[in-house]
Amino acid sequence: MKFKNIGYPYFLWLGIFILIPLLLVAYFAFTTGDSQNFQTFSFSIENFKRFFTPIYLNVLYKSVNLALISTVICLLIGYPLAYIISKEKPRIRNIMILLVVIPMWMNFLLRTYAWLTLLGKNGILSKALSYIGFNNVQLLYNDTTVLLGMVYNFLPFMILPIFSVLIKMDNRLLEAARDLGANKRMVFTRVVLPLSIPGVITGITMVFIPAVSTFVISSLLGGNKSTLIGNLIEQQFRYTNDWHFGSAMSIILMVFILISIALSSKFDKDKEGKGGGLW
Amino acid sequence: MAKTHAIDIINITKKFGDVVVLDNISLYVRQNEFLTLLGPSGCGKTTTLRIIGGFEKPTKGNVYFEDEDITTLPPYLRQINTVFQRYALFPHLNVFENIAFGLKIKKTPKKEIESKVAKMLKLVNLSGFENRDIESLSGGQQQRIAIARALVNEPRVLLLDEPLGALDLKLRKEMQLELKSIQKRVGITFIYVTHDQEEALTMSDTIIVMDKGKIQQIGTPVDIYNEPINRFVAQFIGESNILDGEMKEDFKVFFANHLFSCVDKGFGNNIPVDVVIRPEDMEIIALSEAHLIGRVESIIFKGVHYEMEVNTGNFIWTVHSTLKKEVGEEVGLMIVPDNIHIMRKES
Repeated sequence: MKFKNIGYPYFLWLGIFILIPLLLVAYFAFTTGDSQNFQTFSFSIENFKRFFTPIYLNVLYKSVNLALISTVICLLIGYPLAYIISKEKPRIRNIMILLVVIPMWMNFLLRTYAWLTLLGKNGILSKALSYIGFNNVQLLYNDTTVLLGMVYNFLPFMILPIFSVLIKMDNRLLEAARDLGANKRMVFTRVVLPLSIPGVITGITMVFIPAVSTFVISSLLGGNKSTLIGNLIEQQFRYTNDWHFGSAMSIILMVFILISIALSSKFDKDKEGKGGGLW
Repeated sequence: MAKTHAIDIINITKKFGDVVVLDNISLYVRQNEFLTLLGPSGCGKTTTLRIIGGFEKPTKGNVYFEDEDITTLPPYLRQINTVFQRYALFPHLNVFENIAFGLKIKKTPKKEIESKVAKMLKLVNLSGFENRDIESLSGGQQQRIAIARALVNEPRVLLLDEPLGALDLKLRKEMQLELKSIQKRVGITFIYVTHDQEEALTMSDTIIVMDKGKIQQIGTPVDIYNEPINRFVAQFIGESNILDGEMKEDFKVFFANHLFSCVDKGFGNNIPVDVVIRPEDMEIIALSEAHLIGRVESIIFKGVHYEMEVNTGNFIWTVHSTLKKEVGEEVGLMIVPDNIHIMRKES
């Protein structure tokens, strides 16, 4: 009984900082009027109608597309890397994991700014290219640089959950598979891979969600050519002052993310999530 | 034609770093026998099994499977399967898929897989469990599935690494008998690793007692129990009274301040030896006919017999007898020549 009481401050916290803001977002989404004046608010689904027009849908499509591609790239780089790290001797393994984690000690914005200087007109890459005859190559401000930024920033979130599942895998299971006639490839496809799915699902979710909603990476590395749904939402709150439309888009994005997580966790047979999935 | 030896291990040494785990051991396993590697933890028995299974490479020496050198052959190419300690069943597969794992890899037709799995489940008394989750099974059931998963591949040799260690006493006894009967029915070689001497005595055709990376004794359970070759084996297998003695001449041994007749010869004269007498071989008789006279220091009822500690002044004997004596009572003890086991002192 007493133990239950310990929970109250946390419930209060959850209420003030998560539940109430969420309700406010929902409230704004379903109303129109002057965002600064409560008196003018009236119920409306106009914001949603406005979103379901080609201009905005295209932005959503582009955001999802870029996020998916970056998730796939992260998976293709991250899984083999996590696998290799998990097979190393403890000493080397710790160093490699440290190298994966170190960039995360620095601020996300700083890391992205670093790419600006690397890829900029006077950056190292551009200069190097000019030596071999390509002058004034514009490396920045396109979808590829946005993808690069996403993969670079979110890769650790793919590697770490997969690594933590692989490292905990019971070696006797792999021996059992070899004992039953599986060669190295079959041990991987029939035992290691299926057992690491919870880590893969967690990795996918942890990369896809920030990637689909990012606005910093796209506005820094993509310029005005690469407007994503995150940028649209940011614009509504900071420049256009249309909190209603911004809230509606936030809700749409949230619902979209919820659906995609639900779908991905369906592939995860082991729903209880021994590897610690998000669901 | 079938070879008489299933497995031959010749001069195997295994080192992990500087630690010698197996020190130049050689042994053979006959076709269709139940062989047990018995010893305390760290004696090298599991390493020996893993070398036969192909999970460890020996530092020196060779392993032969029916006269064919398999020392460097990977596990998946050996006609040997293993039942692992704590089973190692695949948690992402159900009972059927676990048992069918090896058959699917060999691309066995679906119909055949189904009938073979059903047959195996019947063999281990778990018919109808095909679709159950591994985690919903009890330890004993998981154990049986692990055995079925190994046997369904029709191995020539089955390796079992302390498979009953995680089960409770009653289930362990049941499984001992069941394993033995399964081995007889499928008619293949079992190599069993355990530290439990009773388990080894119950199931084995041959026991290999190991200690500190060396083979101490190879023999049938009766041989090992009745004729332990040295102090270690005598202590490890069953309860024993072990004393220092001296072989005076052939058929005469002196220990506990008494000269006994024995059946051993060929040690030479006045040679120090270890003498082993099993508690159940100590007979309580009238004081007038006794070899030794002592006082009962304690008595415990053990079910079939009483276990007594009898102090004869120079040694405290463990005696098993169906006779009940009082603490403090004087008793006479006798040992017949046949029950005196004499072993050379280890250098």
